[in-house]
Amino acid sequence: MKEMTSENIVYQRPSLMNDTPMHYCPGCSHGVVHKLVAEVIEEMHMEEKAIGVCPVGCAVFAYKYLDIDWQEAAHGRAPAVATGIKRLWNDRLVFTYQGDGDLACIGTAETIHALNRGENITIIFINNAIYGMTGGQMAPTTLIGQKTSTCPYGRDPEMHGYPLRITEIAATLEGTCYVSRQSVESAPAIRKAKAAIRKAFEASMAGKGSSLVEIVSTCNSGWKMSPVKANEWMVENMFPYYPKGDLKDRT
Amino acid sequence: MKIMANDMKHTEGEVMLLKGNEAIAHAAIRCGVDGFFGYPITPQSEIIETLAMLKPWETTGMAVVQAESETASINMVYGAAGAGKRAFTSSSSPGIALMQEGISYMAGCEIPGVVIDVSRGGPGLGTIQPSQADYTQMTRGGGNGDYRCIVLAPSTVQEMADFVPLIFDLAFKYRCVGMILCDGVIGQMMEKCVLPPYQPRWTEEEIRERCPWATTGRTKERQPNIITSLEQTPEVMEERNLRMQEKYRTIQENETRCETYMTDDAEYIIAAFGISARLAVTAIDELRKEGIKAGLFRPITLWPYPYKELEALCTKKTPNGENMVKGVLCAEINGGQMIEDVRLAIHDALPIKHFGRMGGVVPEPDEIAEALKNFIGGLNR
Amino acid sequence: MSKIIGAIEVNKDRCKGCALCAAACPKGVIAMSKKVNACGYPYAEAINDSCIGCASCGIVCPDGCITVYKKKLED
Repeated sequence: MKEMTSENIVYQRPSLMNDTPMHYCPGCSHGVVHKLVAEVIEEMHMEEKAIGVCPVGCAVFAYKYLDIDWQEAAHGRAPAVATGIKRLWNDRLVFTYQGDGDLACIGTAETIHALNRGENITIIFINNAIYGMTGGQMAPTTLIGQKTSTCPYGRDPEMHGYPLRITEIAATLEGTCYVSRQSVESAPAIRKAKAAIRKAFEASMAGKGSSLVEIVSTCNSGWKMSPVKANEWMVENMFPYYPKGDLKDRT
Repeated sequence: MKIMANDMKHTEGEVMLLKGNEAIAHAAIRCGVDGFFGYPITPQSEIIETLAMLKPWETTGMAVVQAESETASINMVYGAAGAGKRAFTSSSSPGIALMQEGISYMAGCEIPGVVIDVSRGGPGLGTIQPSQADYTQMTRGGGNGDYRCIVLAPSTVQEMADFVPLIFDLAFKYRCVGMILCDGVIGQMMEKCVLPPYQPRWTEEEIRERCPWATTGRTKERQPNIITSLEQTPEVMEERNLRMQEKYRTIQENETRCETYMTDDAEYIIAAFGISARLAVTAIDELRKEGIKAGLFRPITLWPYPYKELEALCTKKTPNGENMVKGVLCAEINGGQMIEDVRLAIHDALPIKHFGRMGGVVPEPDEIAEALKNFIGGLNR
Repeated sequence: MSKIIGAIEVNKDRCKGCALCAAACPKGVIAMSKKVNACGYPYAEAINDSCIGCASCGIVCPDGCITVYKKKLED
């Protein structure tokens, strides 16, 4: 350590992320994605032009951690709020940051229609297959057989229907230019996720249409696992149903 | 009526024959509104149709977006107004009910969005015919939490146009939601209307100066602007509520508006707003011919309600110290909603009676005159 | 011949002890402390000098607690 100086730094927290301790549980994927959003905004030099829209759910306090302007949307309405901002501030980088309950359940209409209109916004979609903030209830993306507090015997399609692949739906919409599914369980995966966010943000600024970047994530508290175990469970169980990669790239 | 895109060139003072809904659209473009977000519903669809026809995005730069629902519309207004832009939506009763979530969020964040309600009969899907049954929904907040919105009630097509710049000014002055409550009659009927002069849309510099709270992008000179109604510490949340209540009191003290007709010697007051007030004027003229000294009290702001003005009118004394006014008939196209505010204004000082039709039925002036005569008959029995 | 050496600096107050960094480290440099920080969490610390400055730990850290240094030493 002694021989190291600031010019030897190869990695540090992005400066756009402030010192406020994040309320997320230890090991939560949200923090990593927050860092990526901050890094991409910094690298694009959009600090003064970025406007984030945060959801209702675990990321409800996202506005506390990244030092940009934010608007807090009602549950599920973030894409509509982002539409309102972006239509009247064309040169701003407008993005939403939403979880699966917010985006793929209560806000399905707003999500699909904002994407289908081709709004020049980016939607960052955290899919951890559970309602984390309210204590681990079944989400639209909960896997078949997965146990949550409202399907304690496992999700049964007879009773609960099927996990929703909204990202696949997004890829079919004419208004979307870039739709990708990524994850953040390892350094290589995180690098790819960051590249996807960068591509989405650039497409928004170039006016190419809507982008959706899904991050398949863990909720180790809700899943009742250690963070490391949760990553393993995600790789084993989530990836087969939510396959990673670019679903659409018209950028 | 055909509206051509070159109507945009109309200058100050130009008179047009317009539907109330069309007047709102023309006025919005002319007073430099930045955006409209709406969803079709009868009887207000001419607002978005007129805007679409006039293509303001090619002239003033105003954005016009047809949303996927009223819920989305109001949240688009929330986003745009939160970012310091002058934005509005319009709908009719059931659509306004659907918007209450967003209206409550805007109130909680103190965002100056504007909402137009061209109301129709209810409850539920109700009818597409005119009604004033949204009075309570509009004046009592309507969504969750303790808040109020400024509500203007036009009664002519001219006022539909005039109230657009006024409601934006009030909303931004106090950082609260501004509403125009009219009904299907005013929305649909055609009258001549003097259009307001063109004003440019606010520049980025003007927005930053007038709306230092808005999400315009964080510059190095300031902290990030956060638009949220969320606060987890009850004491802090209460503090915010108290500040908002203080603001509402200021609005109540400064922004009440009303007008009267033939009240100098009136022994009976008809309290009526919007289209009912116009029906009441005809009724009053008829009643006067029969020797009945009737007069009109018309609140223009439904919130803040002009309680003091109504109270002063109703407690006027004759030279020998008697009450000049003997009773108040509250004529509304609903089951009795504004009558609660009339009671709050004059308490038990005078007899008060409601007259109304519901379900989309608009009364004839004769019915109001008859109701007043019956009321007087009951008082003298 | 040159040699790459790395080092990490952990913000102990911010660390929540999730141990994702320890799992991500290819050299087994990181372990969770026996002590806890003011929030009651054990925190990440380097337990040997094998760090190569690959930054995997910093990248996977959800709370942005780790600063990673890297230096090339010439013989």
